[in-house]
Amino acid sequence: MGKYRSWGYSPAQDQAAVRPGWRDFSLESIEGSLLPYGNGRSYGDSCLNSAGRVIDCRQLNRFIAFDREQGILRCEAGVSFEAILEVIVPAGWFLPVTPGTKFVTVGGAIANDIHGKNHHRDGTIGRHVRNFELLRSDGQKLLCSPESNPEFFSATIGGLGLTGCISWAEMQLIPISSSTVDVETSVFHGLDEFYELSAAAHEDYQYTIAWLDCVAEGDRFARGIFMKANHSAGGGIHPAKKSSLPLSVPINFPKWALNKYSVKAFNTCYFYSQKRHAGTNTRQQFDPFFYPLDGIENWNRIYGKDGFFQYQFIVPGSEKLVMDELLRQIVSSGLGSFLAVLKEFGAKKSPGMLSFPRPGICLALDLANRGTRTLRVLDELDQLVMKAGGIVYPAKDNRMSGGAFRAYYPQYEAFSRYIDPRFSSDFWKRVTNGT
Amino acid sequence: MEHKSGEGIVVFGATSAVAQALARLHAAAGDSLLLVGRNEQRLQDLVNDLGVRSGQDVQSLQADLAHIDGHPDLVNTINERMDNVSKYYFFHGILPDQQHCERSWAATFDVLNTNFLSIASLLTLIANRVSEESNRSLVIVSSVAGDRGRQSNYVYGTSKGALNTFLEGLRNRLHKHGCHVMTVKPGFIDTPMTAAFSKQNFMWATPEKVASDIYKAANKRKDQLYTPWFWRYIMFVIRHLPEPIFKRLDL
Ligand SMILES: Cc1cc2nc3c(=O)[nH]c(=O)nc-3n(C[C@H](O)[C@H](O)[C@H](O)COP(=O)(O)OP(=O)(O)OC[C@H]3O[C@@H](n4cnc5c(N)ncnc54)[C@H](O)[C@@H]3O)c2cc1C
Ligand SMILES: NC(=O)c1ccc[n+]([C@@H]2O[C@H](COP(=O)([O-])OP(=O)(O)OC[C@H]3O[C@@H](n4cnc5c(N)ncnc54)[C@H](OP(=O)(O)O)[C@@H]3O)[C@@H](O)[C@H]2O)c1
Repeated sequence: MGKYRSWGYSPAQDQAAVRPGWRDFSLESIEGSLLPYGNGRSYGDSCLNSAGRVIDCRQLNRFIAFDREQGILRCEAGVSFEAILEVIVPAGWFLPVTPGTKFVTVGGAIANDIHGKNHHRDGTIGRHVRNFELLRSDGQKLLCSPESNPEFFSATIGGLGLTGCISWAEMQLIPISSSTVDVETSVFHGLDEFYELSAAAHEDYQYTIAWLDCVAEGDRFARGIFMKANHSAGGGIHPAKKSSLPLSVPINFPKWALNKYSVKAFNTCYFYSQKRHAGTNTRQQFDPFFYPLDGIENWNRIYGKDGFFQYQFIVPGSEKLVMDELLRQIVSSGLGSFLAVLKEFGAKKSPGMLSFPRPGICLALDLANRGTRTLRVLDELDQLVMKAGGIVYPAKDNRMSGGAFRAYYPQYEAFSRYIDPRFSSDFWKRVTNGT
Repeated sequence: MEHKSGEGIVVFGATSAVAQALARLHAAAGDSLLLVGRNEQRLQDLVNDLGVRSGQDVQSLQADLAHIDGHPDLVNTINERMDNVSKYYFFHGILPDQQHCERSWAATFDVLNTNFLSIASLLTLIANRVSEESNRSLVIVSSVAGDRGRQSNYVYGTSKGALNTFLEGLRNRLHKHGCHVMTVKPGFIDTPMTAAFSKQNFMWATPEKVASDIYKAANKRKDQLYTPWFWRYIMFVIRHLPEPIFKRLDL
């Protein structure tokens, strides 16, 4: 037993767990249904298994080999991206793909086939994973790569932890000649301006990302800040910053703290503070650029003890009208919050069978939990996303209906063949049993 | 004393959860490590990990430390492999089922042998060497359980209590040679040793916290360390309860 949580649920839940200390462990002797747990940075219930056990992989946190010439890193599945950066940046290498937090594990990153600000250029992490070992509950150890057990390789990338437990993985890093990034910021008013900025940047910039105001109405509708960046060509390598965690949100905020007015005020302040940088080119360390929220521990507590929902979807690039409609519904619901992130995804195909990323326009936003009202709004958004042939990200999900999941992921039945018979998750139960 | 980068460090019981966390601190400081443990594969896992983290070669030696007859050869090999050791750490230990020990002298002997005799034997061999070279540190992980015998784990407690007395004497003997002996008394640590315990209260410390306390205290050449700090006060009270009262308690 231990306390386990996902990022969106504020209170930690009691959850039975096993904690393997070494990667030679076997699943055969453990009873009940199983699910690997990385670092709980998924927002919903995809990393929890309340009816069974989680395999807490955080003690599998050893490096195995690092080829400093070729940039190939092999490590255990519980190694965090933070630990990897500490080792690789001083050697002139960087993560091929990174999410907006460095507190994820290698196993968790593969199981959600995570994407980053370079999706338009480099695709998902799955494209950069060379091979890994998969432990199955019958005691088998499968070496998976595009050549060896290719079906398990592809089912496990984005496979939500259901195909077995990854014990180690090997990935190809990307070379950097500096630990800083050069960032250019511009302001946009309306989605059309965003599409233009984004299209113009895709060729020459490795990273693009936009912050979108999800509460502003009228002529401020869909205003935002667009950022494009490259690793600096010079500037030297400075070791990754140790997370000294100077700031922390010590308690859950009371409900009233997060309201329409505080959110509006925040968004307006943020918009104007960033607008000052518009048109400028700033050089910054990679940490604040890639991980702006990691400096504040437990930032999710600002949403209070009821937690919050995150909703992340992609609609095809051709469905701009639906995108517009989706955003209007979000704004008029009044539930939108500080953090809304907009990005155009590229066409680099992921090897993952059940992976979320695909070409199109991707929006991720937080919505305060106002009970059934929030759930209703989200169901309505799902209808629109489905109609447009879009898709919703399981790593952020806590509520999508079984019907919606099956519409988004029709390949789920083919995928099911590779699920380990003893593995399950709260998410999987919900979306495969529910209507 | 300030920690100087590039020190030679020997770790007995290197596969212990706390030892792993401590070894990472030394690797990060650029020290040379020699790891001693009984499980070859796990030692290799640690050698690889610490090697990647530090960018340096890390050495290991496989030995079952309960086999005291093998100690002279083991210590000779260590001396050959590393000629400039500044700190020796002792982490190995076992936590037995007390009730099983009450029925089995063999089980009781195993505990005394691993937790006390094996360390006394290694220290006997090593102390004669370090007494010729000043500034060496011997850091030995004991336990708060050695501060007073309790019905629920007095066999383990005895092994640690005997160790404490041995270390007091050794510290006294080596002091004039400028050699430092540190007794570490951790409280509850969340490690494989205590996997069977429910850990829902605040008294449980992480191996990283304990390792960091040990690392700092060793650099400061402390004689004794309670970790986390509050155990010092808890054990002060426990040690001072009068025996006529203590013997009636259900501890
Ligand atoms: C601030 C923030 C920003 C984020 N930004 C992004 C982003 O930009 N892009 C993006 O893609 N995601 C993003 N995420 C989501 C996050 O990257 C993913 O949820 C990630 O998978 C979390 O990794 P974790 O190690 O915490 O795994 P967990 O959340 O604990 O688990 C995730 C999944 O991985 C499985 N798993 C864990 N370990 C293993 C293993 N050893 N073997 C097999 N399966 C395993 C679990 O069963 C579960 O299904 C963000 C999250 C936060 C909190
Ligand atoms: N955990 C606590 O609450 C706690 C509290 C106070 C003190 N301590 C002390 O802290 C020290 C470290 O323990 P831990 O908590 O880190 O637990 P641990 O991870 O179980 O470490 C114990 C280590 O001792 C090794 N060992 C046992 N017998 C050995 C032998 N004959 N030869 C070689 N190695 C042997 C084990 O090796 P293998 O890996 O090969 O099994 C293991 O690595 C111990 O001395 C313990 O008594 C622990």
